[in-house]
Amino acid sequence: MSTIEEARSYLENYDGPDFRIMEVCGTHTHEIFRQGIRRILSPKISLISGPGCPVCVTPVSFIDEAVYLALEKGCTITTFGDLVRVPGSKMSLAGARAKGAKIKVVYAPFDAVKLAQDNPDEQVVFLSVGFETTTPSDVIAVKKAMNAGLKNFSILTANKTMPGAYEAMGKSCDAFLYPGHVHAITGTRICKDMCDKGVSGVIAGFTGSELLTALAVAVKKHSEGKPFFVNCYPRVVKDEGSPAAVAMVDRFMEPCDAEWRGIGTIPMSGMQLRDEYAEFDARKKYSVPDLKPEYKTACRCGDVLQGKITPNQCPLFGKACNPDHPVGACMVSDEGACSAFYMYGGDL
Amino acid sequence: MSDVITLAHGSGGRKTSELIAELFKKNLGNEYFTADDAAVMPRPEGKIAMSTDGFIVSPWEFNGGNIGKLSICGTVNDLACMGAKPLYLTCSYIVEEGFPVADLEKIAQAMGETCKKAGVKIVAGDTKVAGKGQVDKVFITTAGVGVIADGVNLSGANAKPGDKIIVTGDVGRHGTCILLARDEYGIDADVKSDCAPLWDAVEAVLEVCPEMHVIRDATRGGVGTVLYEICDQSGVGIDINSEAVPVAPEVRGVTGMLGLEPLYLACEGTMVMFCPAEFADKVVEALRKTEHAKGAAIIGEVTAENKGRVVMTTSIGGKTYLPQPGNELLPRIC
Repeated sequence: MSTIEEARSYLENYDGPDFRIMEVCGTHTHEIFRQGIRRILSPKISLISGPGCPVCVTPVSFIDEAVYLALEKGCTITTFGDLVRVPGSKMSLAGARAKGAKIKVVYAPFDAVKLAQDNPDEQVVFLSVGFETTTPSDVIAVKKAMNAGLKNFSILTANKTMPGAYEAMGKSCDAFLYPGHVHAITGTRICKDMCDKGVSGVIAGFTGSELLTALAVAVKKHSEGKPFFVNCYPRVVKDEGSPAAVAMVDRFMEPCDAEWRGIGTIPMSGMQLRDEYAEFDARKKYSVPDLKPEYKTACRCGDVLQGKITPNQCPLFGKACNPDHPVGACMVSDEGACSAFYMYGGDL
Repeated sequence: MSDVITLAHGSGGRKTSELIAELFKKNLGNEYFTADDAAVMPRPEGKIAMSTDGFIVSPWEFNGGNIGKLSICGTVNDLACMGAKPLYLTCSYIVEEGFPVADLEKIAQAMGETCKKAGVKIVAGDTKVAGKGQVDKVFITTAGVGVIADGVNLSGANAKPGDKIIVTGDVGRHGTCILLARDEYGIDADVKSDCAPLWDAVEAVLEVCPEMHVIRDATRGGVGTVLYEICDQSGVGIDINSEAVPVAPEVRGVTGMLGLEPLYLACEGTMVMFCPAEFADKVVEALRKTEHAKGAAIIGEVTAENKGRVVMTTSIGGKTYLPQPGNELLPRIC
């Protein structure tokens, strides 16, 4: 019997104490649904899709700021495609585009730098969202722009870091399925510290078999009754992480409080450019006003992200809110819990 | 003849005649190819099928073919999906002013070669030239007529629970090829379009299984879209095994990197067939003997449960819905 079959059979037949494990990575969420993993698990094991999709946790005010820069300041907004359809308090970036704003989809922050280089008459702003995995490429983009002497490139930051979220969500679950790529950058120290504080977790890779293995390890460890941490993705995640990437980010950015859509403000869970790089910080460069939007919605993305409800328990799910007309951010990105649940039939 | 297409080539005058004689007739000519207002052919025996399709693929030339070859395969395969042996085609070009004549010749050549392979004749055509910028290089529309053998009754509404589902080859190659040809992602990979005429494959299949229920060309939207269409039309469910779906390693590599599902990428030489279970192995065997269906495989079956849904068994034994077809991933793929 292969290890995978063993893991699957263990997870299928598990009959120990109830176990709630939260994945905090959008790619994990997507892959778990795509591989039909929830259906394999014994009813004693529940998976919660936590706040790990960068698009899903990007607050309404951030979209409003981007719309402000596009419409009021005439900036060219460059962004990953997912963000274009995320609702702001008045409109999404797609809505702003319909009003004449210049919104361009790029696949990497460097594409935005190149756009600025090729179009010196345009003020290019890159929407810098994401976790530890993508932040290094955002600051490298700033470095490139700086070295090229560009005066027409800046970034609007909503970068986030995971440790604050782990602490904030620790009570929502029995253990975390830690995101492999985040810890490839940050290393395993944070997870060990969490374990010392009584918060358990395993670092998982991204293929179906890596996910099954990590889940089986977590369930087994949990039934032993002590806080645990296991790195189940050692081929990529080293204890020390990537010191070069960490140092690069540290040179350009510093921690700040950050708002997570649906969850609220988590202290020191965001990253912003240091003062000496203010000319590349769109918020400072264009004196973006402090937008505190009033935004009322029946959308329960926040409860979904905290594992309080499953997506189909939201009154809007599949009705007013679907991938063609997303109300909440979790329905926009393929990595969002609601979108994955809808697409792959979480209720199958 | 001049080097580039000018508005005069579409005027209907001397330049047009020159173009027809030197370029189209040379490559596409046959006994019915006409200079008159309409082509005249003998009436075929049996029911006829008729279809038309427009082609606007960008770029017009790609690894494994060009818009000319594609315009023949598209219509020939649409006819074949109804069990119709393709007989005659018409083609209409809209060419942008300034398009190189040598490139148009390449297109006509590819059309001529593909017609020969498919056993079909172009009997009438039309050429219009649009001003610079009014069309992107060249657009082609083909229409075709084919004849259906007695007893053959194919339709998307015919799938029955228990039917086996067969693909005639590996999936997603044309879509991946075009995506790479656009060079927007900076990925270098050798992916050749599967663009091919498939009448011979269909003919071989109907010989061993005249009771075949459904044949459909997995073009825009790929195999995944076809599966959902048939679920809807026939009022059934579908179970597929993701491990059984053939995907070329180079396609798997590119789609894996970009997070795309090969089942939703276009094919231009791959069909999906639904046949009574007892014929499935024979059909696959017959397909594998034909030039463009050597990779034929059974990927799943029709169920009475889960009406309207495609359920996929994943490589680790999980079950999940194949997502419903969404927005077109890439515009102008064919």
